Amino acid sequence: MQTQAIRPLKFGLHRFAAPPEFYRLAGRLIPWFGSAAALLAAAALYLGFFVAPTDFQQGEVYRIIFIHVPAAWMAMFIYAVMAFWAGFGMAFNTRMSSMWACAMAPTGALMAFLALWTGALWGRPTWGAYWAWDGRMTSTLILLFLYIGFMALHGAIDDPRRADRAAGVLALVGVVNLPIIYFSVQWWNSLHQGASVSLTRAPSMAVTMLEAMFVMTLAFWMYSIAASLARARAILLEREKRSSWVQAVAQG
Amino acid sequence: MIGALLAVVRRDLLLAMRQRGDVANVLLFFVIVVTMVPLGVGPDRDMLRLIAPGVVWVAALLSAILSLGRLFALDYADGTLEQIMLSGQPLSLAVLGKIAAHWLMTGAPITALSVVLAMMFDMAAAPSATLVASLLLGTPSLSLIGAVGAALTLGLRGAGVLVTLLVLPLYVPVLIFGAGAVDASAGGVSPGAHLMLLGGLSLAAAALAPWAIGAALRVSVE
Repeated sequence: MQTQAIRPLKFGLHRFAAPPEFYRLAGRLIPWFGSAAALLAAAALYLGFFVAPTDFQQGEVYRIIFIHVPAAWMAMFIYAVMAFWAGFGMAFNTRMSSMWACAMAPTGALMAFLALWTGALWGRPTWGAYWAWDGRMTSTLILLFLYIGFMALHGAIDDPRRADRAAGVLALVGVVNLPIIYFSVQWWNSLHQGASVSLTRAPSMAVTMLEAMFVMTLAFWMYSIAASLARARAILLEREKRSSWVQAVAQG
Repeated sequence: MIGALLAVVRRDLLLAMRQRGDVANVLLFFVIVVTMVPLGVGPDRDMLRLIAPGVVWVAALLSAILSLGRLFALDYADGTLEQIMLSGQPLSLAVLGKIAAHWLMTGAPITALSVVLAMMFDMAAAPSATLVASLLLGTPSLSLIGAVGAALTLGLRGAGVLVTLLVLPLYVPVLIFGAGAVDASAGGVSPGAHLMLLGGLSLAAAALAPWAIGAALRVSVE
């Protein structure tokens, strides 16, 4: 549409911003990212369950961090990337950027949910409570609400172009607010709760523990890319259903 | 430019005065929500004194959200909003005027009413004064941040529930520092830091929100 406003990149990567090219490229990349995710996750689970030592304070239950920490990292990171592409799409009026932001939102929400759920499962045996209004838990919950708000606003608007831009404004407002929310919640917790819940951890993590966490983070990255690409392909087909290239795809 | 700003404020206040019921209903909602809490948790004075700041602040958030519906909706329905956009004056200025009028009709009276509610919750003089001060400094950001949500959901079905979902998470810092100021005061600590942060949030919102609202309105009106 307004693509002529954008300067061609040096290596011609911009051609993948054209819907048919993106569709083809994504289709070819998804199996690679998907299988990388599966292999890395298997390796990380092996490292986490069989190689990493038992924690002398928490016993076996600490092993849930191999899922929990990567999920929490991805939840925060995906929001930043999503807001970047939503803002990019608004600024340059590029179609794919907004669709890409939209495709990432459910994966980000899933990661936030996973972080909360695994956190609760870890908290019960360790703290004695599923939920503790800890600063990080609360700010992750609010992050989940922000994701849900983004998707709800996008879903409530029928015209996709308008939905893209409205959700883009919301994502940008959210990304400005996120640090403020994060620090205010941290401070609120330190004021209210004192030391009743302390996040004591072993002085330094064993190297194998870090390795397992690192490999699992890579697996989550690969999974997130594969899932977002698959979702972006579906969004693309739906939006461009009247165009000739989608008709050609549909007829095989 | 100042003239245009004042004209928007004056017009919105005049419209509100012609429909006093709408303004009064929001305040009534505020009082009724706060009144429900002791009925739910019991009349123990020590406990009520403890939860009063949080209850009053949460009720203030809900009242602010409830009143957002009329911020742009009427002007959108009768075409005034388009006229404002076409007027040649900066849109963010007109938006700021509308928000100022909105605050004068919700935030300001809520702040005044909170004195009575503080008495009903048996709060001491110093925390009551802090409650009033925190509402005075914090409610402008409720109007400003809420207006972003109101602009984004303009003309959508189910806008009322949706705006709650969008705006409440963004209100978290205001709630924390607002109720925290009163807690600090009740605990014998100076609430100065909390109040300064509240004022800072309001100023930052006043600087940034009008642009976001302007962008959102342009998306919604087209």
